[in-house]
Amino acid sequence: MTSQILDARDVETVFDRASARRFVDAHIAPYANGFEFEGRIPEELIEKMSAAGIWAPFLPVELGGIGMDMVTLGEIHEEVGRGCSSVRSLLTVHTMAAWTVLRWGTPTQREEWGRALASGEALGAFCLTEPEAGSDAAAIQTSATPSHGGWVINGVKKWITNGQRADVYLVFARVNGTIGAFLVPRRTPGVHVRPIPEILGTRASMLAEVTFSDVPLGPSALLGPASGFAAGMVLTGTLDLGRYSVATGSVGIIQACLDACAAYTSRRTVGGSPLRSLQLIQAKMSDMVTDVRAARMLVAEAGRLKDKGDPSTIMATWIAKYFASTAAAVHASEAVQIHGANGCGPEYPVARYYRDAKVMEIIEGSNEIQRITIAAEAYRELNQ
Amino acid sequence: MSEIAKDQVLAFIRGRYPQAEISDSEDIFQLGFINSLFAMELVMFIEKTFAVTIPNDELRIDNFRTAKSMAELVDRLSPVPVEV
Ligand SMILES: Cc1cc2nc3c(=O)[nH]c(=O)nc-3n(C[C@H](O)[C@H](O)[C@H](O)COP(=O)(O)OP(=O)(O)OC[C@H]3O[C@@H](n4cnc5c(N)ncnc54)[C@H](O)[C@@H]3O)c2cc1C
Repeated sequence: MTSQILDARDVETVFDRASARRFVDAHIAPYANGFEFEGRIPEELIEKMSAAGIWAPFLPVELGGIGMDMVTLGEIHEEVGRGCSSVRSLLTVHTMAAWTVLRWGTPTQREEWGRALASGEALGAFCLTEPEAGSDAAAIQTSATPSHGGWVINGVKKWITNGQRADVYLVFARVNGTIGAFLVPRRTPGVHVRPIPEILGTRASMLAEVTFSDVPLGPSALLGPASGFAAGMVLTGTLDLGRYSVATGSVGIIQACLDACAAYTSRRTVGGSPLRSLQLIQAKMSDMVTDVRAARMLVAEAGRLKDKGDPSTIMATWIAKYFASTAAAVHASEAVQIHGANGCGPEYPVARYYRDAKVMEIIEGSNEIQRITIAAEAYRELNQ
Repeated sequence: MSEIAKDQVLAFIRGRYPQAEISDSEDIFQLGFINSLFAMELVMFIEKTFAVTIPNDELRIDNFRTAKSMAELVDRLSPVPVEV
């Protein structure tokens, strides 16, 4: 009995790109259009992902992870993103929450949350955006007030991926004139969740608006420092990892477009010859092939720099995310074009890629913010 | 305070801003070089180069104002060298 369970687990465990690909092809990709239609990820898949150990494998063994490196983590997120951007989005925000616990948590906080986040027993969400504050994170209004040795949180967070399902929210709030990160269990009194059912892309990512009304928390809810300088870093570090995951997911979208278009253009004929023999189609295919490789290499470079602890990973990640998300939006649009009317219908996945790719250009630092940040790199050496 | 640590930190800052003439006691925040991105890079640089982990209570702006204060931080965090 025990060995049977172990065998089943072994087959399904995700620990590298190849095992992730098997898992995605078996449990995610064939069903992703259905997830989108239902507007949610079935609980059954969430359980399978937990059994596969996919939620936070970068956590150390003591906390239930396998100490996975960032390059491999990126490859796994790419594969998941190839299958379904909504599932990848859940993985992204969970990763951000788990990484923040690992990087900034006290030993007690790591013990309290590490295992639950590694096993998938507790799913995490990331709460920064508010109805009146997006790109300009410094404008957030949610507040954390010291009270009875702990904290009281008040505010509204909007567009929260997995907000409907998550068990714990990583909430950024104003504290002592700066911004701090707080872990808020969903079952705390005063936490109210309102689903956002209609969204352009990543339609199964269970988005919600989460309201915190006088939410009472203990002293250990504060994750990391609350001094001005350091708090900015918690946010920078967390967003950096989220951006990395979105970059990998964008590579996955381009790969999915490529796979779909290669299959479709081989099958579909016009005037007696397959689409693939048309030069204008070939031009589109060649650009997809080239961009998916370029994007994958930029992502891998960012991952390698992360594994080395090299500070230049932050800019490398911005660049990878900018390139990959922009390319994903272009190629998803072309993929729909190549599929013609079928591209607009529900039977092919390319319409979903198109919707999802657009979202990639907005989240985790919109394209405009990316361009501003990356441009600053051009002038850095000129001192101002 | 370790001179080597101080020089390495200074070299890192100068590497990022080659045109700026920054001394070891100049406040880089006041000079306007710091944004949250560079702050994160500084912390990563220090942790990697000196194989230390900066605990949350040391992540104060005063510890990062100058190359000197960063070198002092490294000293505090590094195990005391054993005399042989
Ligand atoms: C599907 C989806 C999932 C999301 N999930 C999450 C989540 O899990 N957690 C979370 O906290 N947030 C989430 N978000 C919110 C997302 O992070 C924000 O939408 C994003 O940060 C942009 O903020 P905004 O939408 O308020 O746009 P704004 O900041 O209002 O910007 C509007 C437009 O102006 C541009 N702009 C802004 N500032 C500048 C500038 N200085 N110069 C030039 N142009 C500028 C922007 O690029 C954008 O095009 C999600 C959003 C979506 C769509």
